[in-house]
Amino acid sequence: MKIIVFAEHREGQIRKVTFENITLAKSLGVPFEVVLMGNTAENAVETLARYGAEKIIKVSLSGLDTYSPDGYAKALAELIKKEKADILMLGATATGKDLAPRVAALLDAPAATDCIHVELQGDRLKLVRPMYAGKVHANIRLNGTVQILTVRPNVYSAIESPAQPTVREENITVDEVKTILKEIVSGAKGKLDVTEADIIVSGGRGMKGPENWHLIEELASLLGAATGASRAAVDAGWRPHDEQVGQTGKTVSPSLYIAIGISGAIQHLAGMSSSKYIVAINKDPEAPIFKVADYGIVADLFEVVPRMIDELKKMKN
Amino acid sequence: MNIAVCIKQTPDTEARIKLTDDQKRVDESDIKFILNPYDELAVEQAVRLKEANGGEVTVISLGPDRVTTAMRTALAMGADKAIHLKTDRHPDDPLVTAKALAEVLKEGNYDLIFLGKQAIDDDHNQMPSVLASILNMPAATVVIKMELKDDTVTVEREIEGGHEILEFKIPAIIGAQRGLNEPRYPALKGIMRAKKIKIEEREVSLAPEQLIVESYMYPPPKNPGKIVGDSADAVPELLRLLHEEAKVI
Repeated sequence: MKIIVFAEHREGQIRKVTFENITLAKSLGVPFEVVLMGNTAENAVETLARYGAEKIIKVSLSGLDTYSPDGYAKALAELIKKEKADILMLGATATGKDLAPRVAALLDAPAATDCIHVELQGDRLKLVRPMYAGKVHANIRLNGTVQILTVRPNVYSAIESPAQPTVREENITVDEVKTILKEIVSGAKGKLDVTEADIIVSGGRGMKGPENWHLIEELASLLGAATGASRAAVDAGWRPHDEQVGQTGKTVSPSLYIAIGISGAIQHLAGMSSSKYIVAINKDPEAPIFKVADYGIVADLFEVVPRMIDELKKMKN
Repeated sequence: MNIAVCIKQTPDTEARIKLTDDQKRVDESDIKFILNPYDELAVEQAVRLKEANGGEVTVISLGPDRVTTAMRTALAMGADKAIHLKTDRHPDDPLVTAKALAEVLKEGNYDLIFLGKQAIDDDHNQMPSVLASILNMPAATVVIKMELKDDTVTVEREIEGGHEILEFKIPAIIGAQRGLNEPRYPALKGIMRAKKIKIEEREVSLAPEQLIVESYMYPPPKNPGKIVGDSADAVPELLRLLHEEAKVI
């Protein structure tokens, strides 16, 4: 049995979900190797080792200087064959969710995306993945010689467990690359994405308009949180699409989700009810959001949120 | 331009998902079905390109007879042709669906193939990427902006906290994300036109599935929460609970 964990990096830096996946792979109790592909920062090996990567395969790609989804997919598929790996594990990120199915199709192997529970029974993975944005969960088995999965970020914790890594170098030639990454444009400076955030402060129709969003932003900044929005707020043009949480937006699992002026339509609840703790602030005691909230305040958000901001400022001092 | 759009019919976002008693399947009896919202964006983009450059838009959908309703919606939005791949159900394994779609896509020699970035029922997020490998074509998914100049496509795709800009040549595959456009509501004229278009039916044989859904379950129920108070005066207690009990701030 052998698991390959794909180390995702952007602009040279290893992404957190990789450390979560290393911790998870370690816990499955079979040999695993971490594959580091393309150009990474000098300390990449060191950081991977800190989370318990004992075996690292450093793959250099001839014929490919930058990221290419089809180029990386071909290289990964080739590596899996060469290493006779049984399982390929990636993060359910923008990159992982694109790469996993590409590799799966190249190997004629099944891929399960966005898994929230991963177990190994004999040589078969036993997986749980949400469907219908989390309204139901599916128990998944993968047949086939290679099993591919992506794991949802923030579900498994990354635990430091320093290892002395052995590093192996491999070279793979990638020819005929079809899609080339030209540029990465960062969003608003320092803006945290809802899918990666540990805390999310989200606003809905109750916010009454975009002019009041400074309340959400100030509260989020005090908590080091990302800002989210309900579909109503996005459809009204108050907030950008990439902040939308729910069935036609992002599905999130932060430690803390603060829903402000959000009634809790079923499509919204589907996208956020797997958060560890949910706080609801809404003046309507009948709002469905209170059914999933761990803590609620039934009051006018325009009184509650400024008070939260004041109290948090006091706590900080 | 010869454009294909692969679409899926999915339950409405407001639908409650009920399982059959044996929890082996989703009970579809009370579900209202719609054109997958991300596929609406795909259809819209295809129709806009046709309107700007001329050509033809073909929608392709795999599934039971009910999916033709979603195909009619796509036709009403401006697609010209429809091919229905008849099966008794949607396969659990996206690779199996992709193989069947790929057969039809190969025949059509399309310049561009559009899809939604994901279907809102199975949430696999796989189809554009899987088809890229099977058809050996360039592809980008989660696309929020697209430009076509001669035979070169430049897209912006959404990634965590930013965008990637990718470039490739047609023929190519695009997976649509919200923000790409605002899909139109079919006008009466479009609906009447759609009614006259004959949907081509094809029987397909599906490859064996390797991803198996053994059963479904409801997510674990949340423990009943606590109403901390009914005014802003409850804020200090709320923050104390978050700090000391939940330990999340």
